[in-house]
Amino acid sequence: MNALSQPAKWERFFWPVVATGLLLALWYYSVRWTGTKVFPSPREVEKGLAELLRHHVLWNDIIDSLRRVAVGFGLAVLVGIPLGLTLGWYPAANQVVNPTMQILRPISPIAWIPVAIIFFGVGDNAAIFLIFLGAFFPIVVACINGVANVPSVYRRAGRNFGLTPPQLLGRVLFPAALPQILVGLRIALGIAWLVVVAAEMIAVDSGLGFLIIDSRNSGKRYDLVVAAILLIGAIGLILDVAFRRLETLRSVRWGFRHES
Amino acid sequence: MRDEHATRTNLLLLWRPLAFIALLLLLWEIGIRRQASHLLPGPWGVVGGIVDLVRHGLLLKYIVASLFRVTWGFALAVVTAIPLGLAVGWYRRAEMALNPILQILRPISPLAWIPIAILWFGVGDLAAIFLIFVGCFFPLMLTAIDAVQSIPAVYVNAGRNFGLSSAALVYRVLYPAVVPKLIVGLRITLGIAWLVVVAAEMIAVSSGLGFLIVDARNAGNRYDLVVAGMLIIGIIGLLLDLGMQSLEKVKSFRWGYSED
Amino acid sequence: MSSMQPIAAPLPFTLKTKLSVDRVSMVFERDGNRTEVLNNINLEVGDGEFVCLLGPSGCGKTTLLNAMAGFLSPTSGEIKVDGEAVRRPNPRRIFVFQERGVFPWLTVEGNIGFGLSKVTKAEREQRIAYYVKMVGLQGFEKTYPQELSGGMKQRLEVARALAVNPDMLLLDEPFGALDSITRLVMRGELLRIWEAERKTVIFVTHDIDEAVQLADRVVVMSARPASIRQIVNIDIAHPRDISAPRYLELRDGIFQQIGLAHKV
Repeated sequence: MNALSQPAKWERFFWPVVATGLLLALWYYSVRWTGTKVFPSPREVEKGLAELLRHHVLWNDIIDSLRRVAVGFGLAVLVGIPLGLTLGWYPAANQVVNPTMQILRPISPIAWIPVAIIFFGVGDNAAIFLIFLGAFFPIVVACINGVANVPSVYRRAGRNFGLTPPQLLGRVLFPAALPQILVGLRIALGIAWLVVVAAEMIAVDSGLGFLIIDSRNSGKRYDLVVAAILLIGAIGLILDVAFRRLETLRSVRWGFRHES
Repeated sequence: MRDEHATRTNLLLLWRPLAFIALLLLLWEIGIRRQASHLLPGPWGVVGGIVDLVRHGLLLKYIVASLFRVTWGFALAVVTAIPLGLAVGWYRRAEMALNPILQILRPISPLAWIPIAILWFGVGDLAAIFLIFVGCFFPLMLTAIDAVQSIPAVYVNAGRNFGLSSAALVYRVLYPAVVPKLIVGLRITLGIAWLVVVAAEMIAVSSGLGFLIVDARNAGNRYDLVVAGMLIIGIIGLLLDLGMQSLEKVKSFRWGYSED
Repeated sequence: MSSMQPIAAPLPFTLKTKLSVDRVSMVFERDGNRTEVLNNINLEVGDGEFVCLLGPSGCGKTTLLNAMAGFLSPTSGEIKVDGEAVRRPNPRRIFVFQERGVFPWLTVEGNIGFGLSKVTKAEREQRIAYYVKMVGLQGFEKTYPQELSGGMKQRLEVARALAVNPDMLLLDEPFGALDSITRLVMRGELLRIWEAERKTVIFVTHDIDEAVQLADRVVVMSARPASIRQIVNIDIAHPRDISAPRYLELRDGIFQQIGLAHKV
């Protein structure tokens, strides 16, 4: 529900450009008026970004970060979805495991860093382990809730057609819970992207998170810091948009409220 | 007879999860005993670690330090992001204008802001509070925008139909209509705040539970304290979540949550 | 007072018994509260018969239907189909929910073919095509239920049920959520399908006109705990003239039986 009339078509481009322009101007003049030597202006950030691109460092860092997210998130999906579906399917088992999960879940994945380093040493595997932990619990919880929220009409209909329990799980409960599971996966991917940056700032020496820390520590290159931050935002946005496209697939679209 | 049966079922429900936790602890202990390095603590070592922390008066001090930062960062985000989000959600052109900026800034891991936080606020409480604020602001604002936009037009029309003034419309229709969604958003965001504070304390300050973990590791590989810190982080996170969950159960908000 | 006496119309002797409900009672217990839902129900339904269970909302007729389907088991008494006790759901008797029962993640084709995983692909396709046509959903084969109207979803659910070739259909107020015009059309459709396939149909409704228009026999049930007040034989051939004296007489009899003055 919105106030006011339907905006015209040109406004869809006009207002975002105005707002972004104002923000950049505010940034630019803040830097000028405060006379800071450390914090970069938009122009300097743009130069910094160009410099990173020219030296090919950036591509390697982006690829490293994305690879870690892909592996950690992929593992969390492979383990978390079957586990979550099973726990949703057997409420008795869920009751047994639930208190343990409730305590492990709110431990910040970052807090596992020392333990991850013991297990895996400083390197890719430690970062992947942290991403796995960050993504695993939201996925399991989404699956449990998804299955538990399947209307009993669907379960009954499935049983009525003589499905065996595994068939019921695969042909009724999973598709019925899929929209909710997809939402959980999207949230988990967001968390994975958040965790990878943190992990790279502490536990490894490549990737976008490392780029930020490294630019700061070696010579206070805050133009590179801000450039890397904006890149992290842009890539996170692309991941999110790509995932949202899945929600428009026809066999899950019923589960989402879509505008227009 | 029936009551006796019921109590027995209740006891069984209570005992099984506890037995599962005991089993995990046992496996943990066995795993530690069979391992040569003695770097990681067993469950008893962790209990000893917690006792140590209590005896030195550090536990309470660090918990208070972490909660202090979370409270301020979260509260600042709530009082700014929610009114702003509600206003932006109501005016369609404002939402159009700000959407691209929000979408870019939102997926930036709050931890990526660490160098900037330190640059602006120095190493200390303010930097950590700023990071938590940044981590909470965007999810809360997006929740508030979404909450306003999904108020069914019928409610607003019904309110106008009964001749409510603008102020009364806001107070008697819009506010109660958005509260259920806002509470869900607050709960998720508080979880993020708890995740961020730990990470921030590992990097940007020298007190709090996150600092405890890093410090215990760096100063002499006291892994019993590391795991004790993780456990306490988990328990406090769980308590925060339960607290927010109990808000969802308040009667006048109840209608917003599915009854299935 | 004689009209208050339960009058059990005998089963027409030409039909063999398909379903028998024998002294069935049902008690729910929740938080220590006992709720008696069904009280000593006795009923026989013949093969190919169309029976309506008629009663006020919340009286327990849906519970009885669930017990017939095998989703619930009675506290005492027994339900038998073809002489065999009902213990669990079975594809030979399909329960049709209100339109809520169609699977939103499957197309029209997918829904109709849902119960056909055991037959060959060719036969499945042929059966799907046959029932799509029977319920008049041609052209919508690839459509998802979200894009169908309430009446179309309802027909789809009936088609999904018929496709597995069950002996019995158990319909739980299937047209309750439809507008009154669609409801009239759907009644005609259901009768057409029933006359073509001659399944045994148990149809739960709280609408007296609907019951008298559709059924061979109407089982009038009391408020909770539900017992059978009367079983009324509707001895009018299809298609029924709903302004004929005999129709009005039967309908008004049931109105009186339920204790309503038939005036607005």
